[in-house]
Amino acid sequence: MEFIREFFLFLKERKKWWLIPLILIFVIFGGLIFLTNGSALAPFIYSLF
Amino acid sequence: MKVLGISAYYHDSAAAVIMDGKVLYAAQEERFTRIKNDASFPEQAIKFCLLESGFDIAEIEVIAFYDKPFLKFERLLETYYAFAPKGFKSFVKAMPVWLKEKLFIKQFIRKRLKQLYDNSDISKIEIVFPEHHLSHIASAFYTSAFSKSAFLTVDGVGEWTTTSYGMACGEKGIEIMGELQFPDSIGLLYSSFTYFLGFEVNKGEYKMMGLAPYSHIGSSRVQQFIDLIKEKLVDIREDGSIKLNSAFFEFPVGLRMVDPKKWESLFEIKKRENDDSLEQVHADLALAAQKVLEEILIRMIKHVKHQTNAEFLCLAGGVALNCVANSAIFDQNIFRDIHIQPAAGDAGGAIGSALIANYLKTGQRFKGLEQPFDNYLGPEYSNQEIERMLRKHQCEYEYFESSEDLYQTTARYISNKKVVGWFSGRTEFGPRALGNRSILADAGDPEMQSKLNLKIKFRESFRPFAPAVCEEDYSSYFEPGKQSYYMLFTNQLKQSLRNELPDDFETLSIEEKRNFVKSSLPAVTHTDFSARVQVVKKTINPRFWNLIQAYKKLTGRAVIINTSFNVKDEPIVNTPENAYLCFMNSGMDILVIENYLIKK
Repeated sequence: MEFIREFFLFLKERKKWWLIPLILIFVIFGGLIFLTNGSALAPFIYSLF
Repeated sequence: MKVLGISAYYHDSAAAVIMDGKVLYAAQEERFTRIKNDASFPEQAIKFCLLESGFDIAEIEVIAFYDKPFLKFERLLETYYAFAPKGFKSFVKAMPVWLKEKLFIKQFIRKRLKQLYDNSDISKIEIVFPEHHLSHIASAFYTSAFSKSAFLTVDGVGEWTTTSYGMACGEKGIEIMGELQFPDSIGLLYSSFTYFLGFEVNKGEYKMMGLAPYSHIGSSRVQQFIDLIKEKLVDIREDGSIKLNSAFFEFPVGLRMVDPKKWESLFEIKKRENDDSLEQVHADLALAAQKVLEEILIRMIKHVKHQTNAEFLCLAGGVALNCVANSAIFDQNIFRDIHIQPAAGDAGGAIGSALIANYLKTGQRFKGLEQPFDNYLGPEYSNQEIERMLRKHQCEYEYFESSEDLYQTTARYISNKKVVGWFSGRTEFGPRALGNRSILADAGDPEMQSKLNLKIKFRESFRPFAPAVCEEDYSSYFEPGKQSYYMLFTNQLKQSLRNELPDDFETLSIEEKRNFVKSSLPAVTHTDFSARVQVVKKTINPRFWNLIQAYKKLTGRAVIINTSFNVKDEPIVNTPENAYLCFMNSGMDILVIENYLIKK
């Protein structure tokens, strides 16, 4: 709950409501990927930095 | 106020404990886990910092994490959206990491600390997330001698920011006056060349910097490369801000820095792989990249001066570890003095986030440090612990009651061309070994550079070594310049110590240039007569200072080689056992751990 509240406040402060649909897609896709791939090891992708 | 600072999850994770604005202890996780640039949660570094400071976890009032994960996540989403469908592969790979850990860092920190400290109540500890570049600024300014200073931070990328500048004031705080945002990144531009030249991104930038002097600015090919870079890859504006040509870069959503084919066709050379031989053309491109970097930074600091009219400058971020660029900035004489905190990269974010949290929360004024920042902040070991290790390995040793005798004996070994592993006091915080975890050798031996590179450090033969010189003797060996206690600037060897180069020197191969004896201190003289000097101050490191003085008495020379106590791709040694194993598995001759001397 703390996470959701803080993330909501973050979106509010940044006025980035348009990210919500993206986040929903992210959660669905990401959730699927997460379920099929248990590894949380960071691949070497510079965009993550 | 007691603050625990943490940097983690990207590269070089670290922890630091500060009290009332003073950094008490700090350490990088890699030193404990023995994984170079370890990015994992720095639990061993945290344990060390708290144990050493004597603080219970519940006494910590604030935990500061060195960047804002939500903001970084926002950048990722917007970048993937902007480039979609390109980047899907990298998106798929990134998801598990973000969903499992990175988005929930606050909850994760609490959970891990609870596990580490037997379910201590840490619910009252506030966890804050200063911005990445704010942490960089604080790590430099609050460790400087300045009460007021301009700042410039330059790295790959934080959340959105890749470069920032402004004014830091001990009374009023930090004012950011301008910034560059992702994907326009000076650090990532430089790293793209690191990648193309076959070095590892984020680790090999200093190798590329060391390769550049094997070329020379008068070369027509270097000029051609510089023109191509400025014409095709990056638009450099008058104020130093840049715009990268996205057609040539893949790092925003790709799995590599650049498209090698496009770069190969642009520069008309093949992308170098890690084990390919190094040719002159690689050094030429490295020099071109270095010169473009310097041009950008010099334009930028002129702009910063114009905007702030400040007397002093603080530099931070990974790019501030480029000592050649730092000296190019210093030589412009735009600022009276420059301060760079020795862990200028992300590890330093642990110090910076803790410091900014302290100053923002308490309103404490900063007047500038009276003594140079002491970065010997890591673990040290007692005689009992050292003896336990020596017994375990059944090794013979000599113990010196008198440190003076130890200095003289060690100095004699160095003067007799022996290579000495020198382990003393607390580990340095930051990437440079500054005389506490160092390999020391004779700088006057022409064979020493090859010997150290190939038989001891097992690293590329072209790489130069750094000299350490006592502060009092600096002017006998080097031309006037910025004297750095942390090896963050380069200096030119004195004219009188240089040998004349043959007329055809520039036409020699990299190997031939390296082998040519360029001065009376050949092992520490780079092809352009530059050296990354550590100026040793007696009050900062008395043992190291005394050792160099003992060596001077024997040889008349007050300069020795100081390279980090590790072998290629390993972190610098941390414990006596790390030191002993490194000693036994390399070509070192002598190991000194505090006052214990071990021969092979």
